[in-house]
Amino acid sequence: MTEAEMNAEAADGDGPPKRGRSWLHLAPLLFFAALALLFLFRLFAGDASRVPSALIGRPAPELALPALEGLVRDGRAVPGVAPAELRAGKVTILNVFASWCAPCRVEHPFLVEMGGSEAVRAGKVQVVGLNYKDEPENARRFLGALGNPYGAVGVDRTGRSAIEWGVYGVPETFLVGRDGTILKKHIGPLSAETARDLLAEAAAAAAR
Amino acid sequence: MLAETAHFALAIALGLSLVQMVIPVWGVRRNDVALARVGEPAAIAVFILLAFAFGVLMHAYAVSDFSIRNVAENSHSAKPFIYKLTGTWGNHEGSMLLWVLILALFGALVAFSRKSLPDRLRAGTLAAQASVTVAFLLFILFTSNPFDRLNPAPPEGNDLNPILQDLGLAIHPPLLYIGYVGFSITYAFAVAALIDGRIDAVWARAVRPWTLCAWLFLTLGISMGSYWAYYELGWGGWWFWDPVENASLMPWLAGTALIHSTIVMEKRDALKVWTILLAILTFSLSLLGTFLVRSGVLTSVHTFATDPSRGLFILVILMVFIGGSLALFAWRAPLLRQGGLFAPVSREGALVVNNLFLAAACGAVFIGTLYPLALEGLTGAKISVGPPFFNATFLPLLVPLLLLLPFGQSMAWKRGDLLGTAQRLAAAVGVGLVAAVTILALTRGGPVAAPLGIGLGVFLVASAFWDLGERIVGRASGLGAIWSRAAGLPRSAYGTALAHAGVGVTVIGIAATAWATEDIAIMKPGDRLERGGSAIVMQQVFPRTGPNYRELVGRFTVEIDGRPRGTIDSMKRTFITRNNMQTTEAGIRTFGFSQLYVSLGEIQPDGSVGVRMYTKPLMLLIWLGSVIMALGGALSITDRRFRVAAPARARQPAPGPTPQPAE
Amino acid sequence: MPHLLAILLLALLPMTSARAVTPQERLPDAAMEQRARQISAGLRCLVCQNQSIDDSEAPLARDLRVLVRDRLKAGDSNGQVIDFVVARYGEYVLLKPPFGLHTALLWIGPALIFMAGAFGLWRLRRRQASAGLGRGLDDAEQAELERILEKR
Repeated sequence: MTEAEMNAEAADGDGPPKRGRSWLHLAPLLFFAALALLFLFRLFAGDASRVPSALIGRPAPELALPALEGLVRDGRAVPGVAPAELRAGKVTILNVFASWCAPCRVEHPFLVEMGGSEAVRAGKVQVVGLNYKDEPENARRFLGALGNPYGAVGVDRTGRSAIEWGVYGVPETFLVGRDGTILKKHIGPLSAETARDLLAEAAAAAAR
Repeated sequence: MLAETAHFALAIALGLSLVQMVIPVWGVRRNDVALARVGEPAAIAVFILLAFAFGVLMHAYAVSDFSIRNVAENSHSAKPFIYKLTGTWGNHEGSMLLWVLILALFGALVAFSRKSLPDRLRAGTLAAQASVTVAFLLFILFTSNPFDRLNPAPPEGNDLNPILQDLGLAIHPPLLYIGYVGFSITYAFAVAALIDGRIDAVWARAVRPWTLCAWLFLTLGISMGSYWAYYELGWGGWWFWDPVENASLMPWLAGTALIHSTIVMEKRDALKVWTILLAILTFSLSLLGTFLVRSGVLTSVHTFATDPSRGLFILVILMVFIGGSLALFAWRAPLLRQGGLFAPVSREGALVVNNLFLAAACGAVFIGTLYPLALEGLTGAKISVGPPFFNATFLPLLVPLLLLLPFGQSMAWKRGDLLGTAQRLAAAVGVGLVAAVTILALTRGGPVAAPLGIGLGVFLVASAFWDLGERIVGRASGLGAIWSRAAGLPRSAYGTALAHAGVGVTVIGIAATAWATEDIAIMKPGDRLERGGSAIVMQQVFPRTGPNYRELVGRFTVEIDGRPRGTIDSMKRTFITRNNMQTTEAGIRTFGFSQLYVSLGEIQPDGSVGVRMYTKPLMLLIWLGSVIMALGGALSITDRRFRVAAPARARQPAPGPTPQPAE
Repeated sequence: MPHLLAILLLALLPMTSARAVTPQERLPDAAMEQRARQISAGLRCLVCQNQSIDDSEAPLARDLRVLVRDRLKAGDSNGQVIDFVVARYGEYVLLKPPFGLHTALLWIGPALIFMAGAFGLWRLRRRQASAGLGRGLDDAEQAELERILEKR
């Protein structure tokens, strides 16, 4: 109810109707029209439970995470994440994943594709994994079976680093600029389309 | 084959609803009585058809016919039989069918109430009501067909969400829907009056029993939902200010205002335009609730699986019915003959103030529920509006309303006497104050607001009956005179007193939650947990198997003030049929109006269990009070003046061995 | 991925049964534990919707409860702890939205409705008094009306 609707009460009890005051009778309708318009927009605004990141445009939180032990890529051990890593002049796509997370399996092929892309091979963009609350053994098997797109994988056993990043579910994917500023966050699994867009955005950021 | 017949029945019901919507209005236009009456058999036929369709769906659930998609998705052959039946409306499609079934039931009831309604008003009301039925039947047939088949039929179903496998599902949604849908009648009345361009005391009398009926069921529905949440969730909360709860509270507040404004209209011929608007808004808020629950625009802890196309369909329904009626209002309301006026100090004045507070309280809930949506839509910023907001805005509007309530009840129409009323209420004020001060003294150092709240509740109860007593005893002398006065008092006077006393009882229950305690411990068999005079001793922990679940049972003996008072079983259930989803079945023992509430937590590696024990003094009064409110509403419905067409019978003195007055 | 789970639930029941704070999480210092409970009750659990982290048993809620207690142990004030969480998750985690330009209408809206209604009534009253319309039905007319109504 709005004040206008309450005001309509004021129109009650008056003597004969007066033309000038009929806008009070119109007020509820106008208010509802605005509400309906709002609903219409929100209906197609996507999942209402997604919470936009508070960190967009802010410097990425320090990330110092140990490597996933025994994880090897192209014959070399995949390193963990050092604090300087995200400010080293490369654009970073940071993907929060876990082997127990079913949607992570869904998005993984797109990440693998991303890992083999032009921009990544040229060294302009790096794909980094944040292994969230996982058993190392399971995580290794997960990457072994589905492919490892990550140039570095940091292990966050307690989930505390993820909290620093404002992560509230897995998977989530961050785009971090060359100067270490968070540019974007994607919540939920990537699709072929969103993965392509994200990579394009990363390449554009690297070119700037 | 049966399912296809039921689906066909829905289609026929749609056709008949169209007839019910169009023909009577046409008949009234042409002054053709026979055509104007077509709405009545149509309404009854629609109800029978929908009852048949609903029965078929329920039967499919009862026999676990998994060839029907709806059953396969929401039921399981191992589910206890009662939950198979209640599971019929434990999902979107089935609950929608229940919704239109109740809609049709109300339509049929209006059709039957031939005597108490003028013909024109009945025809118009039936037509307006049928239009709502048409819209929701279209919605079911096009987006939510409950009779969809699966081919091949799966051997087993997905089972119902375990939280819904509870008696609460049998009781809460039907009551709530009767409340929501009942307001469609008041809405239809308002629309009919606007089209007719006439509204008067006859209208107010005609609409009042329907409003009371919808209101009392909504009261019960909300209250039972609250109790269900309280015992099922395992931490003893009873109201969460969740968007979906708010969606049911808003029509309740508006409906409560409507009940009071129709009295003013009936008695004083005033507040007509406002009452019409309230009647429209109350049902609009019910529809809004439906939209919020089923569209997914708000995140709530309890929503149906959502789908934008369904949301869009309901939004269109909203636009047609809310937008349409408000447009009609904007067009026709200025033409309504404006009526009587009121002195500020009088019962009607008090009822206007009541409406002001209730409308503002409803507005507070509305803003709190929808503001985040609007803000995100306009700026992209996402905020939460939780209990602290509602406590800070809703309560300050509610407390003065409650304080003023007894004054309104005992003030005279037209020209009230504030001083005289205050004097008459002095005793009730005194009782309330004594209660507050006594408790304050007894619980020194404890919460301060709570004793005041109890005092307020006691004041409400005392004044409700004090006023009634005054009206019965008054200056009468002798038992006979008192008896005849008591018998002569309209039922609605008793209903009012009862409902207002119920409010007081609920207030006492809410205030007493301040003394609730919570204790958390890790317990092994033999361990003891004590707080105040209540203690539990863990006896054993053992596994048990149910029809579609496994559970861990913690058995405790209860001691109150050192004496054993039976045992409590508290369970943690795992539903194998639903991905091992877990529920807590709290163990609750009731002592008077107070409860001892025990729920199980995590099992520790060494076999001990996390246990939470709550003491909930006077907790049951919260729901008892609302049941009393509903009883008051029911009593008011039976008032003879709502049976205006039966004056001869109503004029008879009360039957039974009435003693002759002594005078 | 709980946050994308569409929950099929009817009417009035929050989705998870919750037990929240476990005994191991509690701080030995009762006063500090009290503060932790107070802070937790005001922070929204992001994955469960409309529950505070104090009421929720979701793993993330537990992590945040532990975090709150860790920060308190490290000497943060209540405000600092809340700011820490808000900096990472946004204002969305606050169950009580802070007063600001963007929430002004939210906070004063209810009072505004009330005052607008009261003002409308006052004006109506004044207009009636000046127009001499204050007279409704008198007793005789009222009785007549009652009689007519009874007859119908």
